[in-house]
Amino acid sequence: MAEYKWPEADKRVHLGKRISRIDGPEKVAGRAKYAYDINRPGMLFGKIVRSPYAHAKITSIDTSAAERIPGVRAVKIIQGPGTEIQWAGDEIVAIAAVDEGAAEDAARAVKIEYERLPHLVNEQDRSSIPDSALIPTAESVVGDPAKAFSEADVTVEGVYGNEVITHCCLESHGQIAEWTDENNVLLHPSTQSVSSVGGQLAQSLRIPAGNVHVKMDHIGGGFGSKFQIDRWGVECANLSKLAGGKPVKLMLERDAELTVAGVRPSIRARVKVGAKKDGTLTAWESETWGTGGQGGFGTLPVPYVWTGIPNQRKNQTTVKTNTGPARAWRAPNHPQVCLITMAALDDLSAELKMDPLDFFIKNIAMTGVRAKVYEEELLKAAEMIEWKKNWHPRGEGGAGPIKRGLGLSIHTWGGGPHASDCDLTIHPDGAVEVKMGTQDLGTGTRTVLRIVAAETLGLPLDAVKVMIGDNRFPVSGSSGGSTTVGGISSSTRRASTDALNQLLAKVAPDLNAQADQLEAVGGRIQVIGDSSRGMTWKQACAKLGTQPLTVRGKQPGQGTLASSGVGGAQMADVSVDIETGVVKVNKFVAVQDCGLVIDEKTAESQVFGAMIMGVCFSLYEERIMDDRTGRVLNPNMEFYKLAGIGDVGEMKVHFMKGPGYDDRGVIGLGEPPTVSPGAALSNAVANAIGVRVGTLPMTPDRVLAALARKGGSNAKI
Amino acid sequence: MQKFEYVSPTTKEQAVALLGENWGDVEVLAGGTDLLSLMKDYITTPRRVVNLKGIAALSGVRYSASGLRLGALATFDDVLSNTAVRRNYPAIWAAVEGVTSPQIRAMGTVGGDLCQRPRCWYYRAGYGLLAKDETGHALVPDGDNRYHAILGHNSGAYFVNPSSLAPALIALAAKIGVYGPKGARQVDAAEFFRAPGGDGEREYQLSPNEIVTEVLVPAPGGMKNATYEVRQREALDWPLASASVALKLTGRNVGAARIALGHVAPVPWRAGAAESALVGKAVTEQTAAAAAEAALADAKPLSRNAYKVQLARVAVKRAILAAAG
Repeated sequence: MAEYKWPEADKRVHLGKRISRIDGPEKVAGRAKYAYDINRPGMLFGKIVRSPYAHAKITSIDTSAAERIPGVRAVKIIQGPGTEIQWAGDEIVAIAAVDEGAAEDAARAVKIEYERLPHLVNEQDRSSIPDSALIPTAESVVGDPAKAFSEADVTVEGVYGNEVITHCCLESHGQIAEWTDENNVLLHPSTQSVSSVGGQLAQSLRIPAGNVHVKMDHIGGGFGSKFQIDRWGVECANLSKLAGGKPVKLMLERDAELTVAGVRPSIRARVKVGAKKDGTLTAWESETWGTGGQGGFGTLPVPYVWTGIPNQRKNQTTVKTNTGPARAWRAPNHPQVCLITMAALDDLSAELKMDPLDFFIKNIAMTGVRAKVYEEELLKAAEMIEWKKNWHPRGEGGAGPIKRGLGLSIHTWGGGPHASDCDLTIHPDGAVEVKMGTQDLGTGTRTVLRIVAAETLGLPLDAVKVMIGDNRFPVSGSSGGSTTVGGISSSTRRASTDALNQLLAKVAPDLNAQADQLEAVGGRIQVIGDSSRGMTWKQACAKLGTQPLTVRGKQPGQGTLASSGVGGAQMADVSVDIETGVVKVNKFVAVQDCGLVIDEKTAESQVFGAMIMGVCFSLYEERIMDDRTGRVLNPNMEFYKLAGIGDVGEMKVHFMKGPGYDDRGVIGLGEPPTVSPGAALSNAVANAIGVRVGTLPMTPDRVLAALARKGGSNAKI
Repeated sequence: MQKFEYVSPTTKEQAVALLGENWGDVEVLAGGTDLLSLMKDYITTPRRVVNLKGIAALSGVRYSASGLRLGALATFDDVLSNTAVRRNYPAIWAAVEGVTSPQIRAMGTVGGDLCQRPRCWYYRAGYGLLAKDETGHALVPDGDNRYHAILGHNSGAYFVNPSSLAPALIALAAKIGVYGPKGARQVDAAEFFRAPGGDGEREYQLSPNEIVTEVLVPAPGGMKNATYEVRQREALDWPLASASVALKLTGRNVGAARIALGHVAPVPWRAGAAESALVGKAVTEQTAAAAAEAALADAKPLSRNAYKVQLARVAVKRAILAAAG
């Protein structure tokens, strides 16, 4: 029985090195094709007519004028008269036409009448929300919070929050669907689930699961919002059928993308925390609410990370609003609860007149099993940002209008491996192929597959061909929850190990050795440690004869190649102009563990991306709903603001590696570094200006309002 | 979409002959950075688009002893790369530099900057320039007006003028060259803009059959000038407030001042009270702050944009200090 494990540090050739992503050149050159780029012969353009109202009942639909517009090939009612619409932008009618102009004209020619119903689209003001929109969950109590607060030497209470944000995928949701014959569909989606989205579509179309062929080479962002076929995916295939099987491209327009294709729920919280005067944390009380549209969110993990606070009282309420639905957003719920927890504790440390770094470390045991990891990571991050040199007590950010401050946060995530099948083929000419129905979200999945196979087979990187993005390849999980890298690296390692062992068994007689005495290194098969008794990879593969060797590797499987559960620490250095309320990020550092790092460069990119998204939602991003019209006011890249390269500051990443980390195997990295930025940046701003800006994003109006509450120097310039 | 006729005249005479009698029948295309999105969003649906880019006489940036001429078709890149502009008119240069998109700098034009339509999100969502719902209810005053006007909105127009150049041109006493069926005329930059009284009107003093041909800025003649924009991001972002200042110093004291604010009112806002407050005084942190205070004394913020009063004060103060600097 083969033994499946990762090579020891001194034996690693590619693993853990800084390797550029293998699809980088084609992306930079514009050769990489995304769903949006795919154009099929005879292709039609799909368009969806959406509800202009946030809450309404459809009373009638007349598509006759739309059907008469030249070039229109299919019109389909998605939601008919009598349907109650719960958010503006919901899908009513789908149209396919020979070009975008005709599709748009037809969409405008559809006559829909509605009975308007009252709507609720904002939940900032808790007192104005009707009870019918509130879904409370049961109160949860640990220890004796009332007693703990009465005995606390220091208590602080604050209100914290984060507005609803969207996923804002730069490639919007959508696909090209075509019926290749009366029973089979070819689908080019933009998806995080190559292996499962076809089955979802087949079920809706009532055709066998295997009859939908899914192909996707590249995806322009998903962040948790692209796991499903979605109604527009099903209707795209329906339009194609109505149009005689012609390919239909239906990609969401930017405004639809920001209105209906997923949001991260908001959070609002009133938090009270108490401590002894020596800084020992004793009590937590929180009342949280927020909205993710009509649906709720699960029980929030509050207090976040600091689960060992001995006395806790927690309430949670979901607010139903007439807004576009929530979807998983990179580390669902974690960034929000991280903010309210770390901000409250930071406020408590300020009240205690303690450096929050000292306060966190003093209480670190309350974080549970990963306490030691957090402590190591905090100390490393402190070194990177020169915390002890640069930190000052809250509000002592220097003379003049520009105040500088530091903030910190810690976070956790699982990141265990998803199920994954991998086919590894060795051809008699020495060629190697990895095939898997996974997808590369830009995270470096292709690169990781190549590294793992090449490492295992003792080959150079370019000797391995990677084939992914097709649901006819072996099934691999959806890319969500930071599960991909553990899953795909494990199945590939097992497939490569088994394939190599079969090859070694074939060539062992020629080398007068047992298979288990052989190794694959530097493009050769040889007796372990004896390069004089060996042959080249090509010579070895020729022993296969005429039949290629294909081996299926699986996750889960024998041996432990991946695991779950990480910690991370982030620290931010910001400057705040207290006359304008404009916040600038000077420096932002992340320290993260993720078990064994397969490619340090793509891993680092993953963390940079998370930190940049963090700067976006901390300073700029918010979905703005209009109370009266019930519509999103900023469904565009103009007022739905994201950071540019000049806004993100200097970023540094450090991975915890070596003994105690590497030996845990591979752990996912997509979510964890996305969790802390809001808290770290909020704490840095509070440190700079001496008052908490309670709600993210920290826009100039919110910063100035916080300063005004404090009676700060900005009352007049 | 509505089919339209696309015409590319080569002279301004041909161009104005192609324009209509009513706003909206015909739209003028220069850089297209605004017109394309207006058309895609069905905010305007012209039956003819007149492309001005073939009219060579409208191009170019030229500096001479008599001043600066910016052709209406000069792009932001043309202005930014002109060293005379940078040296003599830092107020203009900084305003252009504040447009941080390379694409807009490459395509956007001087004339287009002056004639672009407001960014009010109700207007862009199809509720009309004065932003009313189907019952006639004005959406801005009790809606989300965080980016709207704090001055000059008594007429019922609550959007802010989006021009980057206009405050600087007003501070520098520039004139806007206009051409129409009756020939050429010049309008003071300070008089060029207007708050419209109805959805069919425009925000500038042009007839539907007139075009902007050039901007003429007087020789600096010792006028020290600067622009300060409060923008949240380095990435392309509309200023939340901006101010342009031109000062003539007599010894240590301000002999003459012209101050204009951007993004605070439906028109670029000339701040006469701030000018008066500054004249005769040396520029210090205190006198600049007092002038800023005077500039915003009449501000009437809406329900959600009181913070803009503060930002506008800061812009005025910092622009004065930068100009004097």
